[in-house]
Amino acid sequence: MSRIEGVLTALKQQGKKALIPFITAGDPHPDQTVDIMHTLVDAGCDIIELGIPFSDPMADGPVIQLASERALEHGTTLKRVIEMVKTFRESNSTTPVVFMSYLNPIETMGFEAFADAAADAGLDGVLIVDLPPEEAGDVSPLLAARQLDSIFLLAPTTSDERIRAISTHSSGYVYYVSIKGVTGSASINVDEVADKVRHIQELTALPVGVGFGIRDAKTAAAVGQVSDGVIVGSVLVDTIARNQTQPDQLKAALQGLLSPMREALDALPAE
Amino acid sequence: MSTKLTEDMLKAMPDSRGHFGAYGGRFVSETLMGTMLELEQQYLKLKADPDFQAQFDYDLAHYVGRPSPLYFAERLSRETGGAQIWLKREDLNHTGAHKVNNTIGQALLASFLGKKRIIAETGAGQHGVATATVCARLGLECHIYMGADDIKRQTLNVYRMKLLGATVHSVESGSRTLKDAMNEAMRDWVTNVDDTFYIIGTVAGPHPYPMLVRDFQAVIGREARAQSLEQAGKLPDALVACVGGGSNAIGLFHPFLTDESVAMYGVEAGGHGIDTGEHAAPLAAGRPGVLHGNRTYLMSDESGQISATHSVSAGLDYPGVGPEHSWLKDLGRVHYVSVTDDEALAGFRTLTSVEGIMPALESAHAVAYGVKLAAGMDAEQMVVVNVSGRGDKDIHTIAQLDGIEI
Repeated sequence: MSRIEGVLTALKQQGKKALIPFITAGDPHPDQTVDIMHTLVDAGCDIIELGIPFSDPMADGPVIQLASERALEHGTTLKRVIEMVKTFRESNSTTPVVFMSYLNPIETMGFEAFADAAADAGLDGVLIVDLPPEEAGDVSPLLAARQLDSIFLLAPTTSDERIRAISTHSSGYVYYVSIKGVTGSASINVDEVADKVRHIQELTALPVGVGFGIRDAKTAAAVGQVSDGVIVGSVLVDTIARNQTQPDQLKAALQGLLSPMREALDALPAE
Repeated sequence: MSTKLTEDMLKAMPDSRGHFGAYGGRFVSETLMGTMLELEQQYLKLKADPDFQAQFDYDLAHYVGRPSPLYFAERLSRETGGAQIWLKREDLNHTGAHKVNNTIGQALLASFLGKKRIIAETGAGQHGVATATVCARLGLECHIYMGADDIKRQTLNVYRMKLLGATVHSVESGSRTLKDAMNEAMRDWVTNVDDTFYIIGTVAGPHPYPMLVRDFQAVIGREARAQSLEQAGKLPDALVACVGGGSNAIGLFHPFLTDESVAMYGVEAGGHGIDTGEHAAPLAAGRPGVLHGNRTYLMSDESGQISATHSVSAGLDYPGVGPEHSWLKDLGRVHYVSVTDDEALAGFRTLTSVEGIMPALESAHAVAYGVKLAAGMDAEQMVVVNVSGRGDKDIHTIAQLDGIEI
């Protein structure tokens, strides 16, 4: 059982939902990322998604675009982010870490070299935003051979046929993108999301994480009600941005954002 | 080493998932996958539909003004002192460049699909103008994304787009040029995917775009081939076209690919020189990678970040290139070369003063290389240079270099 599967299975048994934060690795500075990861765990997060900064983040809105720019300005590279995971693992062996990346940095490093280094560092899963399963034949088997989960996206526009096909290529969990749009853009229609997630759950046995549009305890609870986990991105990255010049206040700000989400998720009635 | 291409090999490109050998494909986020599959299906159906093709041909003849002439540049040939130089005059098309061949085709496709809102990216503004033009004609809502730096160097085209009723969005992110305009157009698309058609301006992007843009632009090569046989009584010995994304080049080259005797030269933007690193020549100095939905040669650094590019010509200032060009490079069928900003500017002045034809700065790259190539060839040989667009839009840039305020 992979670390991701272990965590999600245990939560399910306890009737709990996963809180999954997304941060851009290296933002505001590569030296701060591992500390921020520990803060996320302390605030009650279950799985951490680390964004690999990219020069051309086509699927991201302005908040994450700017985070990528800050991270790249300070020399963040894929190799350096893999080192961050290694450092994080020195004092945390339980919280799964997932990379969310565009394909080019991984392809440039070389798929096999990446898979080796990532597995060695203690990474758990990889989600490549611009890599649909149809094109993943060069990558996914290398990841699977090293017990790294391949996580793929599902969208409001994904057909039933594709949901089934994508699920067979996925392991760990599937990531449902709750809105048509880039990260951090619109607010979600909770009823629509609920309907679609229920439908996805009929088509796959994998846990379903829902991301895009979750910005506070209320939306986290509403989405948590119908899914296996909520993924919180832009609002978190924005909190990091607003505290970039006062790192001593960042920890409290992250706690202040995430703790109410954790409490709201834990207060949900058991299914 | 060059591989002999057969009709069968060409028909198999791209394959059913949009691959040209190791290149191409469909690398987009899941939200767009449904649309891409639908577009491919609809396009293949319409490609075989005589009504669709008849409408396209009619528009090319009566709205664009095709066929564009193949013109023997006698004085330029004499002054060069080598092979005969012939010019394929895409600059004479309505809106002043080859771009309109593709926008006519894609707007027709959008109409058949019932999409009322059009988006497009543009570098030099030629594709933006060609898109705004067809939208005006068909009464479609039009949004053009353009890098803030390009807006500054192509003010004339920006105003043309506005006059045509388009909304021009200035893109301030990244390097503020063509690649960033494309990023922003993709963001719009993923947000408005239900009612929006994205008219991509070059033979790049996710499958089926490289295929369909090539098909629409291949009219250039079909005409040039027939015109060569009719006017010169033979096929050309060499073809020359500039390559940014590479749509005018693939359009000219494609119908000649199985003609073994025809050599082909794709001219990339050498900027300040390949060895300075300040250029836009991914085929000369890049490596394969994935950007904007396809795998192709790219300018990127050792950690996979896309590099800043430079070219005096906004239309060539792009870090990638159409995937079919990457395939043709590896096969050795097309020679990819580069000329610098200075050489292209000299090409602009030569063609202007010797033939009275003012080429776009993009096309001036092809002119500069074509002249160089012809000079080393025999008098009975024939070189066709694609003048992909006219130079009016670049007058400000030229004047500025001359220190003249206009």
